[in-house]
Amino acid sequence: MSLLCETPHPSRRAVLMTGGALFAWAYLPRFARAADNRDPRLIVIVLRGALDGLSAVGPIGDPDYAGLHGDIALSLAGPHAALPLDGFFAVNPAMPVFARLFKDKQAAVVHAAATGYRERSHFDGQDVLESGFAGPGHVATGWLNRALESLPAGDRVATLGGLAVGPSTPLVIRGAAPVLGWAPQSLPPPAGDLAERVLDLYQHRDPVLAVALQKGLDADRMALDDQIGGNTTKPKSGAMKPKGGLGSAAGMRQAAQGAAKLIAADDGPRVAALAFDGWDTHANEGGATGRLATLLGGLDGAFEEFEKGLGERWKDTAIVAITEFGRTAQINGSVGTDHGTGTVVLLAGGAIKGGRIIADWPGLKPAQLYEQRDLAPTSDVRAVLKGLLADQFGLSAAVLADKVFPESAAAKPMRDLIA
Amino acid sequence: MAIPAANSPPDPVLVAFNRFGLGARPGDRDRAAHDPRGYLKAELRQPDIALISLDDPTYASLPGSTPAIQASMAANFQRKLDRERMAAATAQPAMASAQATPAQATSAQIAPAHPLPPPTAPAKPAPPIEATLFRAEAQARLDKAFRAEAGFVERLVYFWSNHFCVSVAKDNIVRASAGAFEREAIRPFVLGRFADMLMTVERHPAMLFYLDNQQSIGPDSRAGKNRRRGLNENLAREIMELHTLGVGSGYTQADVTSFARILTGWTMAGREGRLGEPGSSVFNANAHEPGDAVLLGKTYPAAGMGQAEAALNDIASHPATAQHIATELARHFIADDPPPAAVARLAKVFAKSDGNLRALAATLIDMPEAWSTPLAKMRSPFDYIAAIRRAAGPGPANDPGQSLNWLNALGEPLWQPPGPNGFSDQADSWASAEGMKIRLDTAWQAARQVKDVGNPNDMLDAVIGPSASPETRQAVARAESKQQGLALLLMAPEFQRR
Repeated sequence: MSLLCETPHPSRRAVLMTGGALFAWAYLPRFARAADNRDPRLIVIVLRGALDGLSAVGPIGDPDYAGLHGDIALSLAGPHAALPLDGFFAVNPAMPVFARLFKDKQAAVVHAAATGYRERSHFDGQDVLESGFAGPGHVATGWLNRALESLPAGDRVATLGGLAVGPSTPLVIRGAAPVLGWAPQSLPPPAGDLAERVLDLYQHRDPVLAVALQKGLDADRMALDDQIGGNTTKPKSGAMKPKGGLGSAAGMRQAAQGAAKLIAADDGPRVAALAFDGWDTHANEGGATGRLATLLGGLDGAFEEFEKGLGERWKDTAIVAITEFGRTAQINGSVGTDHGTGTVVLLAGGAIKGGRIIADWPGLKPAQLYEQRDLAPTSDVRAVLKGLLADQFGLSAAVLADKVFPESAAAKPMRDLIA
Repeated sequence: MAIPAANSPPDPVLVAFNRFGLGARPGDRDRAAHDPRGYLKAELRQPDIALISLDDPTYASLPGSTPAIQASMAANFQRKLDRERMAAATAQPAMASAQATPAQATSAQIAPAHPLPPPTAPAKPAPPIEATLFRAEAQARLDKAFRAEAGFVERLVYFWSNHFCVSVAKDNIVRASAGAFEREAIRPFVLGRFADMLMTVERHPAMLFYLDNQQSIGPDSRAGKNRRRGLNENLAREIMELHTLGVGSGYTQADVTSFARILTGWTMAGREGRLGEPGSSVFNANAHEPGDAVLLGKTYPAAGMGQAEAALNDIASHPATAQHIATELARHFIADDPPPAAVARLAKVFAKSDGNLRALAATLIDMPEAWSTPLAKMRSPFDYIAAIRRAAGPGPANDPGQSLNWLNALGEPLWQPPGPNGFSDQADSWASAEGMKIRLDTAWQAARQVKDVGNPNDMLDAVIGPSASPETRQAVARAESKQQGLALLLMAPEFQRR
């Protein structure tokens, strides 16, 4: 268990820069990856509603855990035994895929993590998590989009843009950089040239709608092409019918399945954002089985679909699952948990330097809890995200601290998350 | 921004029907044209306009929330029995060949007295009662939208229903009662007092259930001591954050916890009826945290359920609540970033009128900003579908299935928001790439099923009117078929924006 922080190491490229370019140097991305045939991808899954990190990855070695989490605490005994990750932590048994990836060093956990937000409103918490700003009140652009925007003009990742999965675009990927939208197809497509005519009308009268509709049509075409072997006129009946919203286990799996196809394509987007709802487990949360376990099973299914669907590209992919904050360490009066602070960040993908739990474990004694109620945060979620962006796409610490996560210089990029 | 007619004020009749209402039906514009403001205000004067009348034979069978929840409880109980019976039956091996050997005959004697029917393929099972209730309520809501004059009061119903949302994804109890919740706790008050709506909403079984208050028990109450259960602060937090004061208005975690204590005991009577009529809202003194409580700096003496009533009344008239509601209303009816002066005026009316929502609605109509601001917001999916039906004719009679499917695809499933903050009220949430693609599919499906499409050019005049842009006119006029012309009309910026 250790905290990994960035040590500054100016590259040879920087040394060769002419004098007076120190500022520019700080903004230059590192292209260390350009030559090694890597084609990095980053998938961000936002778990809305605040995931109970202590039930996803339980600190079963902590003497106070079982008492605080009561009936829903994970345990290595019994019919639904948690899956041990190391001698101290075990993952919820609803996540066998994650456990396997962890064993294969393709998954990691950052525990006791939180953004800089310390209140307990979902909606402000989500805005902070997704906007990347230090506090609430910024809802125009998200950090993932600004990361794309911060790449040099002409950069391949920037040109290919992002992918937003679901009927509305998650804040994390909203912004000026191009974003493709996609959700499972559900209605028969219009006949004739209606789409072209509407587009033409929008181009003359409402460019905002023109851009949105064009992107929607493009994404649909790409997803369909792959699905039915290039024949876009007749979708397979029943193919990709929505299986419930993105708050159901089947819906999560299906969203990942479709997204994987788009991201795997050579000319597909290299970053993607998905939002899964339903993690607000105030009552009857369940532990190794039950409501939360069902959702975790859906998330696990999404990891599996990405692994399957990305094929060759899995080795270049990092998936990160984040949530606005954690939940109370002690279960509440209705065998659930109320809004808290520290929680987990889950990392998976062939590009992840996995098999590790990264945590400066704060302990669960009353005095060790944040405000005597929540898992105290010892890692900054932004440090994790900045580390991923730095190592996958070569964004510099300065850009990350300025543009992508404003006012976050103190949260240094957590390096070494990528293999 | 390339909004039509951005430089001149929008056509007032279009403002009345799109910004305030649910879109014009053919003929509606003529009735409103001479006085659009007066046309909207006339709706506010109609008695009981917001109610779904149970005197109407179509709706007479809609049950109240209590019988609806009872039906769901009974069905739940039956489903449990069925599951147990199935489990018992599969545990009982080879029942069918019980006559074969003496050993099996013995085991048959301890089998249930009524053996299971032979395993023939069952007829298609009847839908669960919760689904039947949900569809009947959805149909009533869609009918009401179709029949409304301008639809301003219906829009207020949707606004408040989203403000005080519940989600059917929570549980069968909410699925059975979400429609009744809107009829009982929202509709009667949209032109009444905010405090009355607040009190009714927070006491309604659907809300108590949705935000877990029926599970919240005062730690020092009799039930808390006996059952070693305790607080659930979900309802308390969302009342302050979402329903009244608004986030960042100054309350603390201690206020949330204290309010949760105050609210303990507000619950729903269970199936056994120990606390009262099953499925009804009751106060359970045994679960109520005893003693005085401090909330937002004020002490509320122990008073049973009166303690929470007193606290809610104070919160309802708090200046932060006025500000919060005023901002939301202005955002909904004027612009994503509403003019501060408009918000200030609404907040003042809210405070001066003791939260009189009819006065607030009239203030909105009288606001110059409402008539001068470009129509740049997007119709929400429900508004869009209502407008399609009103323009192109009602959907299949007594079958809300298609409209409900459209709502699901467009990302606004009925009474199923992603969280207690409801669906987004920002234009760009609905003008998303995927959203626009599905709107196109929806428009096409709607246009294709109209049996006898009239001249699309005439429909354009009837639904959008003289301010339709030349490009929209041309696109509709040059369509290759009447269906395509109608679909183009339903996709036109003038039809999407409000």
